[in-house]
Amino acid sequence: MTALNQLTLTEAREGLATGEFTAVELTEAYVSAMAEARTLNAYVLETADKALAMAAESDKRIASGDAGKLEGLPIGVKDMFCTEGVRTTAGSKILGNFVPPYESTVTAQLWREGAVMLGKLNNDEFAMGSSNETSAFGPVVSPWRRENDKAPIVPGGSSGGSAAAVAAYLCAGATGTDTGGSIRQPAAFTGTVGIKPTYGRCSRFGIIAYASSLDQAGPFARTVNDAAILLRSMAGYDPKDSTSVNRAVPDYEDAVGASVKGKRIGIPREYRVEGLDPEIAGMWEEGAQWLRDAGAEVVDISLPHTKYALPAYYIVAPAEASSNLARYDGVRYGLRVPGRDVQEMYERTRATGFGPEVRRRIMIGTYVLSAGYYDAYYVKAQKVRTLIKRDFDDVFALGVDAVLAPATPSPAFGIGEKSHADPVEMYLQDIFTVTVNLAGLPGISVPAGFSCKNLPLGLQLIGRPFEEETLFSLAQVIEDAAGRFPVEDTWWVE
Amino acid sequence: MTVHVRPTDAKKLIRGATGDWEVVIGMEIHAQVSSNAKLFSGASTAFGGPPNDHVSLVDAAMPGMLPVINRECVAQAVRTGLGLKAQINLRSTFDRKNYFYPDLPQGYQISQFKSPIVGEGEVIVDLLDGESFVVGIERLHLEQDAGKSIHDLSPSLSFVDLNRSGVALMEIVSRPDLRSSEEARAYVTKLRSILRYLGTCDGDMEKGNLRADVNVSVRRPGEPLGTRCEIKNVNSIRFIGQSIEVEARRQIEILEDGGVIDQETRLFDPGKGETRSMRSKEEAHDYRYFPDPDLLPLVLHADFVEGLKGHLPELPDEKKARFIADYGLSPYDASVLVAERDTADYFEQVAKGRDGKAAANFVINELFGRLNKDGKDVTTSPVAPAQVAAIVDLMAEGVISSKIAKDLFEIVYTEGGDPRVLVEERGLKQVTDTGAIEKVVDEIIAANPDKVAQVLAKPTMLGWFVGQAMKASGGKANPQALNDILKRKLGI
Repeated sequence: MTALNQLTLTEAREGLATGEFTAVELTEAYVSAMAEARTLNAYVLETADKALAMAAESDKRIASGDAGKLEGLPIGVKDMFCTEGVRTTAGSKILGNFVPPYESTVTAQLWREGAVMLGKLNNDEFAMGSSNETSAFGPVVSPWRRENDKAPIVPGGSSGGSAAAVAAYLCAGATGTDTGGSIRQPAAFTGTVGIKPTYGRCSRFGIIAYASSLDQAGPFARTVNDAAILLRSMAGYDPKDSTSVNRAVPDYEDAVGASVKGKRIGIPREYRVEGLDPEIAGMWEEGAQWLRDAGAEVVDISLPHTKYALPAYYIVAPAEASSNLARYDGVRYGLRVPGRDVQEMYERTRATGFGPEVRRRIMIGTYVLSAGYYDAYYVKAQKVRTLIKRDFDDVFALGVDAVLAPATPSPAFGIGEKSHADPVEMYLQDIFTVTVNLAGLPGISVPAGFSCKNLPLGLQLIGRPFEEETLFSLAQVIEDAAGRFPVEDTWWVE
Repeated sequence: MTVHVRPTDAKKLIRGATGDWEVVIGMEIHAQVSSNAKLFSGASTAFGGPPNDHVSLVDAAMPGMLPVINRECVAQAVRTGLGLKAQINLRSTFDRKNYFYPDLPQGYQISQFKSPIVGEGEVIVDLLDGESFVVGIERLHLEQDAGKSIHDLSPSLSFVDLNRSGVALMEIVSRPDLRSSEEARAYVTKLRSILRYLGTCDGDMEKGNLRADVNVSVRRPGEPLGTRCEIKNVNSIRFIGQSIEVEARRQIEILEDGGVIDQETRLFDPGKGETRSMRSKEEAHDYRYFPDPDLLPLVLHADFVEGLKGHLPELPDEKKARFIADYGLSPYDASVLVAERDTADYFEQVAKGRDGKAAANFVINELFGRLNKDGKDVTTSPVAPAQVAAIVDLMAEGVISSKIAKDLFEIVYTEGGDPRVLVEERGLKQVTDTGAIEKVVDEIIAANPDKVAQVLAKPTMLGWFVGQAMKASGGKANPQALNDILKRKLGI
């Protein structure tokens, strides 16, 4: 029999419902897997006691017939989500031992449906990074390794802990946040499924802000169906977030396995960037063929402003971040490094509390918003954003239901390989993902192949606003064709 | 709106050593919105209370907290815009004004920089001499107030009270249409009156609920605008006047000595009667304004605005016009009466169905005079409108003279009671019985033959006889009847 923690979320749900095992047993399996996997550094805080107590409550509700939609299912939470009574750090030193007296809306909805919290997952500091190497808690190690090579690999970022934990069976599913690709890129690097829903689909209340106009929560899971189950409970209108949208949440699970016959899939020629890894290009073509085989129509499209997306993103996101992170000033909570006066206290606190990547983005953001530069940078970037949105509107108007593209320009790289290079090299990781955030669209990353070194590769599907269902249907076709990508060797268990 | 240029008024010029100067003033008024909850959080706006008692997680800028606009604050801003006869912008946006300060928890203030909720409007300002002029309103926008830093509790630490943090303010920006400290004071007085009528701001300057940033520059009449200095956070109408006087003087002295004015932010020190530099243009913050991504554009339906318009109270200008038309009041009296809504309501209760002028005279001269003496106003008046009305009626009916009316009012004010009953009980009725008056007059003439001789030679001496007769009648003799009888008996 498969170890309980290796079941998919869907399978575990079934097992709990039929009484095959209890929520406590399931949770215990995860708790011990977590204890054995500390090498991976996926969790920054394990909440085993809380998890077991929640699981015991779940068992009672299952017994009394009051089970919620996620009853007894153990979930990991990215440390960008504020969790009541549980330390929340955003992967930064500046928050110190901050314990929120409140719960984010997304996680509150998960717990309301009976999910069990296993702990807080590592991430790049304030979600700024594409490799999980900027975390104050150190890098997360991917459960994947290159063939015949023991060098540690990054799980991607910023939701590296979430991706690694899901891939390494350290939770049945996890929450992530995606500002420029922080769900889709690590999902692709770890052979997991990750979806960033439409902007406004999930409440941002209680999620530590990086770039407010781009941030969106979404799930990580081991299968498309698992992701559909989780998103249904995470999504929904929240009067506490003015940018959340009041629109009914469909049962996404219904869309998994639905026919994609007649769906029109666009292949954007601008994503065939120079130097694109040939194995990624090959997987992309294969993915298109799978969709064609399932009855979809694949057409070439143009998204002409794509090349401006990355520079625009690296103006808008830091600009918002420079303002969002101003509150970490040592006055009310988190770290305070005293100084002779308040000015010096600010400087010392922020210099000590923020890591280099966060400081870099604050500097960039402050610069692009300053007098004399605002129009040249911020205003222009916003115009680019409008054009990118229009590019997608135009192809959707032509009847395209979804866009198929790679999730990343390369397979996962080794820890340290890029972190000392030009930061722009790391920023290029987001080249296929940032357009989706800039346009506010839903995007899903689904594993679709292996690199020559046996690392997973992911395909990305981009949909119309609020048509996540189409993405789940199409992603399932790819999952059916490509198969699943379980980590075979649990080398980290000593 | 047409841009009007106020002609130079010689009376308002300031005389310097080298000639006359014109002072030009524009103001930014920060008016706290009357609302139960803050602009973007559900926390209470109640004044006072222990420090940090009315602070939500949003006001304290806890991680992951988001602002949600308070509908009532928006309605109050729209009402104010309507009261200022201003353009209501159906689409407005919120921006972040970024700067670090310990009492600014977010590290930015949410304000409306680019697209304010209210555009151009105007305020008609009345001066004491009955003259009135128009002050252009450039814009009104909504923004958050900051908290309060407290520096005097510890020698080495400062404390922060966030009770005010996030309270809604309306910043009302005038055009530089004011030409003297008197005009500036009159403008703030009038604006405050309008806000209080609308119920959108209580105008309580002592609590800091209405503060002014005053922009002052001077120029030679007819020349272009001079460099201005902004005097920050002036918190009384008197200080507004004083700060303008001293700032204009300071600038004139610099210019007359051949210097130039540095554009800067200054603070008024009422104790020393001077303004001091707070920060120069070079030290000015770069606020890095940008649209707040947490808030969508604020879009109002025309119906919402119309609905608010339909329920606006009568405002001071309309009320003044009506008082002049319906009660025959002078513009001055009408202005005095409409300055406060409570006062105007009190007056109307007195004046209804009576001679408006007589009612106004009595209310302004007797009632207000007496209340002022005790530091009271109509809301705390011991005399009800019906009591004042009865006194006015007694005068109109000739039952009491205006002099007796004053005495009667004093009795009502200090002891209370129905004026009609008091007149009877205390024998205050005016004597119109000519027989009784004649008797008094006869006695005085008989007792004072020397005075009779004098008055025959000099008829203005009649006043002495009037006085004597009044005294003898306890002030109750009808003055007209007394005069007639005296003249007849003395043969003058």
